[in-house]
This record gives sequence, C-alpha cells and structure tokens, in this order.
Amino acid sequence: MNLIKNFFDSTRPYVSEGGKFEWLWSVHNGMETLFFVPDETTHSGAHIRDAIDMKRTMITVILALMPALLFGMWNIGFQHYRALGMDADLMTNFLFGLEKVLPLIIVSYVSGLGVEFAFAQWRRHPINEGFLVSGMLIPMIMPVDIPLWMVAISTIFAVIIGKEVFGGTGMNILNPALTARAFAFFAYPTYMSGDQVWINTSTQEGQKVVDGFSGATALGELATTGTTHFSAMDAFWGTIPGSVGETSAFAIIIGALILIASGIGSWRIIISGVIGGAVMALLFNALAPVAISDVQKEFFAIPFWHHLVFGGFAFGMVFMATDPVSAAQTMRGKWIYGFLAGFLAIMIRVFNPAYPEGVMLAILFMNVMAPLIDHYVIQSNIKKRLKRATVKAA
Amino acid sequence: MSKTIKIKRGLDINLKGKAEQVFGEFTSPATYALKPTDFANLTPKMLVKEGQEVKAGDPLFYSKMDERILFCAPVSGEVTEIRRGAKRKILEVIILADKEVRFKEFPVSDPSGLAREEVIERLLSSGTWPFLVKRPYGVLANPDRSPNAIFISGFDTAPMAPSYDVILNGQEEHFATGIAALKRLTDGAIHLSVDARGGMPKAYEGLSGVNIHSFEGPHPAGNVGTQIHHISPMNKGEIIWTINPEDVVVLGRLFNEGKYNPERVVALTGSEVKKPRYFRITQGANLEQLFNDEVNEGNVRFISGDVLTGKKIDKTGFLGFFDQHLTVIPEGDFKEFVGWLSPGFNKFSMSRTFFSWLNPNKEYVLDTNQHGEERAFVITGELERVFPFDIYPMELLKSIMVGDIERMESLGIYEVVEEDFALCEVICTSKIEIQKTVSNGLRLMEKELG
Repeated sequence: MNLIKNFFDSTRPYVSEGGKFEWLWSVHNGMETLFFVPDETTHSGAHIRDAIDMKRTMITVILALMPALLFGMWNIGFQHYRALGMDADLMTNFLFGLEKVLPLIIVSYVSGLGVEFAFAQWRRHPINEGFLVSGMLIPMIMPVDIPLWMVAISTIFAVIIGKEVFGGTGMNILNPALTARAFAFFAYPTYMSGDQVWINTSTQEGQKVVDGFSGATALGELATTGTTHFSAMDAFWGTIPGSVGETSAFAIIIGALILIASGIGSWRIIISGVIGGAVMALLFNALAPVAISDVQKEFFAIPFWHHLVFGGFAFGMVFMATDPVSAAQTMRGKWIYGFLAGFLAIMIRVFNPAYPEGVMLAILFMNVMAPLIDHYVIQSNIKKRLKRATVKAA
Repeated sequence: MSKTIKIKRGLDINLKGKAEQVFGEFTSPATYALKPTDFANLTPKMLVKEGQEVKAGDPLFYSKMDERILFCAPVSGEVTEIRRGAKRKILEVIILADKEVRFKEFPVSDPSGLAREEVIERLLSSGTWPFLVKRPYGVLANPDRSPNAIFISGFDTAPMAPSYDVILNGQEEHFATGIAALKRLTDGAIHLSVDARGGMPKAYEGLSGVNIHSFEGPHPAGNVGTQIHHISPMNKGEIIWTINPEDVVVLGRLFNEGKYNPERVVALTGSEVKKPRYFRITQGANLEQLFNDEVNEGNVRFISGDVLTGKKIDKTGFLGFFDQHLTVIPEGDFKEFVGWLSPGFNKFSMSRTFFSWLNPNKEYVLDTNQHGEERAFVITGELERVFPFDIYPMELLKSIMVGDIERMESLGIYEVVEEDFALCEVICTSKIEIQKTVSNGLRLMEKELG
C-alpha cells in the first residue's frame, strides 16, 4: 500500500503542470483516486460530508448488474450446448459464456475509457466515473456473436457523439450505452437482429447443431407468428436466447432491488416504467378483437406479464431508463418519463414488425423528451410561485 | 398553538459528542474580538484606532451601506489590533479586556411604551441591530423598511445542537422584554416556532401577541428558513427579519438593564471534546484556553457554530457574533486506500451504499474528509430528500451557476439562504460546494436588484 502511495507521490511532479508527462495528468489523477480516496478536506460550507462519491455510486450499479451478467454468461453456454444437443454442467456452461463475454467487456472498456481519458486530458478535467457503468452495460446489451471491432466502433461512437460533443459527463442527452447499441443496430443490422446472432452455434470436431434448431428470440417469434414456444416462466428465469445480460428477469429484479435499496436507482422510474408497459399491454389485449390479422390478433392477446419478462424490457427499465443524466430530473417528471418509456416500448414492440424489440428506441426517444417533461413540471412550480405572489398582493 | 407542522424531508446526523446538560467553568480570557466576516456582505468602516479605550457597547465600526448600523464592543478594554487580510480586508478587531467590564450606559425603559423610531434608534446605537437578519439574502436588516413579519426559530435541529431549554434558563424576563421590543418593529406578526417533540423552554410560555408554531421532523425542521416556508412562504418584494432566541435575550437585557451585554450560554460539542458541556461565554471571547483545557490532542478542526454552517476558526480563534455552539471534530486530511470499495460499517451515508445502514442508531465520529473530488453535477433526486421546500434545488443551483437572474427569481431564490442548503451540500455525491454557490447567487441578486 505504501509502495503504491510512493509511486503516485514520486510520479506526480512529472505529470503536474510543466512536467514532462503533463499530458498524463488526468490518467494519473484518475488512477490515484481509484487507489486512494483523496485527502481533500472540506474548505467551505459544511464541514462533514457523506461518504458516498461517484465511484461508490458506480460500483453499486456494477454490483447490481452482476446477477444479470453472471446469469447471462451461464445462459450463453446453456443455449450453446442446447443448440448442439448436448448436456453440460453448470461450470462448463458458465466457462463457455465467460470466454465469449469477457472479450466484449474488455473491448468495451478499453475503447471507451481510451476516449474518455483523451477527452479528460484535453479538457484538463479529472476523469469522470460514468463510463464504469456504461462500459459494463454495452456488452450486456449486445448479442454474443457480435464481432469485437463492431463493439469497439459502437462504443467509440457512443462516447464521442453521444457524450463528449455535448460537453462530457452530465451534458449528454442520450444514454451512452443505448447510443452504442442503436449505432450497432442501424450500422450492422445483420449482426444485431434476426435469428442467427443470439446463440453461439460454433461447432468443434464431432459436434453439430441439432435438427430443427431455431435461434430466434421469443420476441422474434412473436412478431412473425404471434406465438412463441418459450414460456413466460422460461423468460422469467432467463433460459431463453437474447442479448448477453437481458434474458433473466429474475436476475434483473435482484439488481433492481439493490439499486432501489441503496437509493442509487430511481424506484419511481422503474415502477412507472413497469406500469406503463403493463397498461399498454392491457390496451392491446382489449384491442385484440379488432386486430387486422390472425398473427397480430395472437400477439395482441398475450398476457401483459409476458411482455414484462420477454426481451429487454426489464433490463431497459431497471438499468437504462434510470440513468440520472438522460432521464427526467424532477420527481414528477420521473413518473411521467418512466411511464411513457414503458408504454412506448410495448407499443413499438407490438406494432412495428421491423423492430421486434422496442425498448431501446422507446428509452432513447424518452431521453430526448425528458428535458421537455422537466420543463413543464418546473414551469408549474414557477406558476404556483407567481400565483401565490399575486394572490397575496391583491 | 396551531396544529403541528410535520417536516418529512430532511436528515438527522447523529454525531458523537453531544453536550451534557451541565455547566463548565469558563475563565474570562485576555482578549475578545469582533469579526466583520461574521456578517454577509458587510463592508466595515472603522470608528476606533488601535490603542483606543472602549466600554462594552461602544461602537467599533459601522456598515458602509448604512452608517447608522453600529457594531459594538462586547467587553470593555483597549483596542489592541485591527487584523487585516488580503486586500487589507478587516478580519478581526481585537480588544484587550479589562478585569472588570465597564458598560456604556443606555436608558432603562419598557419597549412597549416606546415609539417604533425610539426602539430602532436604541437598537442601532447599542450595537444590537446586527442581530436582526433580513431575508431575502440573509443580510443586515434595513432600519428604513418595516418587515412583513419577524420569525424566530425556538429550537435547533443541527447535529449536536444545544438545547434552548438550557440556553434560555433564567433569561425569561429578558426574553419577554426582547420580544416586546421586536413587536414595536413590525406591523406584521412575530412567529416563534417550537419543537413538537417537547423540551419547550419556560421563556416561551405566556408570551402575548406571538404566534407560536409547532414543528416536528428531522433537520432542517429547526431552521428558520424551513419554518418561514411552511408558515408563510416569501414572495418577491416581501421582507422578513429573523433573529435567534439568545439574541432576543441580549435585546431584552438592553432595555431591562441598560447594558449591551452579549453574554450567552454556549455548547462545546464534538467527538474531540473531552467532556462536551455548556459554558457561559461572552460573544467574541478568545477560545484558546478553553480549547487547551477541553479538547483532545491531535489534528482537529475548530468550528464556531455547528458542523453544517459554522465557520472554521483557529485554535487561537474567537467565538462568532451569532454563535451559541462550538464544535471540534477530527481533520480528515489523509488518504484512504480504496476507501470507496470498503464495506463501510463506520461510514456515514444517507444512501444505503455502505453497510452502516444496518445500524441506524449509530453515533458517528465524522472527520472533515470530503470523501472524493468534485465531479459533474449529475445525480438527480438526492437533494430533494433533504430539502423540505417546494423548490427544485438542483434547477435553482444550476440557474445560479450560469448566473440567470430571471430564472433564479422564478425558481424561488428569495425563499432561501445558504444554511437552507447545508444538508444538500453534505449529501451531494458530486461534492459540489453548494452553500458557496447559493451565496454567489444571493450576492448576484443583491447586486443587480438591490
């Protein structure tokens, strides 16, 4: 520990202003604060401070992501061996998934943090911790078989265009992780949708994919046929194909509980998102008799809780919609924002056959709308204050 | 008494080192000081020179804005030093005190029999006027404008706050006279708020013509700003004065005894104090001897006031003008190895990200470490949890940061002063200097709109 301390102390002169490696200051500062909570004391205002900081906040979110990530790794192995008609034990499944997912995580972090470090240094800012979470979210919302270079390009695009051009952390309009996914989705559609990408079907000597195998997701099946052979229970536990981290509603609920209990995630957004999704699904149920085709009729009629556990709905509402920067900021705004995100997600999912999953687009759309929602919420507060003044003066 | 007003949003920080309800012996120190820096936005103009003899109640300096507002010596003696800082700003006017305090004599009279102008004149000339704080902006009151109301918070909910039951004990008569004087200053109401949880000082009983309100809830329920907001929120153009109960006593003494005598009961608290208890100390007293005797050795921070809004002072520092509270806590100028990863059974946090939430009744020893560096202002919804105002705190702060006066006004800056945001500053994940930001906003408003 003293060794690390000495290292940072002795290298500091080189990265300080005028030093030989001045261009490494942000990285030096970032690494040092990672190892040591700084000795900075309060100098104005309150003399004591809450122990929480950005790093603690981010690590709590990472912790909340862990159940979904670990389950996702296992599920990748499970889907793979099932496609090959083999029975693998828990550890084999997990290790197979680990081997596939770890490179995605590394690529996402390296490319994203590289851009972050460069921009921080350029602006002479300390490094913001926001990407610690974005970098974990990106691989979790990608299909397992996506080429690594696509992950890298999507991530770099998301950090630069989604975040840095607006001024960096806290200034972005869109959720960076979803921006990365949206970029990949529109730039490389064949790698991001369809029925080929969700399950790794690579074979070794003597292995082959079982006859009649389909790699479609539940939502893919629903969009084309109106039914799916996956049960809602499968979807709840997560033993279905899908993006790396999105399949298990159960693991995501554990994460949601961590976020809500620790006070990091907004329960208002999560709850209202679920309500919004359920309301839209119930509306579709009611509209089923007037559907224009049999496929649509069947899709309209599926019970609302199926919508909540299939696809990326749970993951999106818990981990994406709750991003404090791109969500609505006011309490009342959060209710409206969450509700509409859930509502629109199911609407896009059911109405638009081109996008079997609507969550990404719904949340991105609501990210754009969030400032407008906040504007009206705050305006009502301002009007109330004005009214109070005039009533009293009259 | 009207029905109890319940404050839901807020936070009580349970710190180790609350004062026991006993008194310690305080020996009068050699020096006293009056600090212009205790007043928001004050430019002092000196009336005395070094070497000059003064009595308690003799003016030392006045406000550049209004030369009628005098600031008077708390004790008698010789002005030994006018201590200045950068740009020759006056920091402290130091008096070498006499053994026996000689008081300047003011007439003894019943304020209810005096005209409004006479009361104002008496307060101005005796140096008691600066106890009145004007809202908006939290600055010195203007003698030419009558306030819409005067608010007094009769209890303190800050961490380790002293009990007014102790402070006002035996001062009932002076308190009542002080209230009578205040009544002459406004055509509006005098509002006094008391703690619904009990412990109401005897001084608050039997007052006539005072609206008593009862408040219940966590800090900042005891902040006068919170109380104003829930009793009668301020609008643009309104003026409200506030004053602390122990300063009402000083006003009362002036009329009852004809003396300016700002002696008060002060709680010495904090985890680094050997035996936290109460002392009788006159405003401006040098605290070196007290700190030497009562505080543990070590790297500590001395605060005149509470941990949320108090001012940092040296070990050789002086008691502030408004303070009835001294706090000593450890300094936190050390690096903690991967502290942000630790389970944190001993770390205080409003969030439940540290395991200390498993023990809600824990008494904390907190130091002055900031626990992280300043970051982008991104976490939403946390400030609201400790800010019991119908105001959007984050939006107001952002409007201050960009200096948008119109928006600051419409978002309610008239209703707040720095201390109302103190808890927000404590719990802010991004470590923004919130009270300083609010102060900047208030100064800007004052400069632009007056």
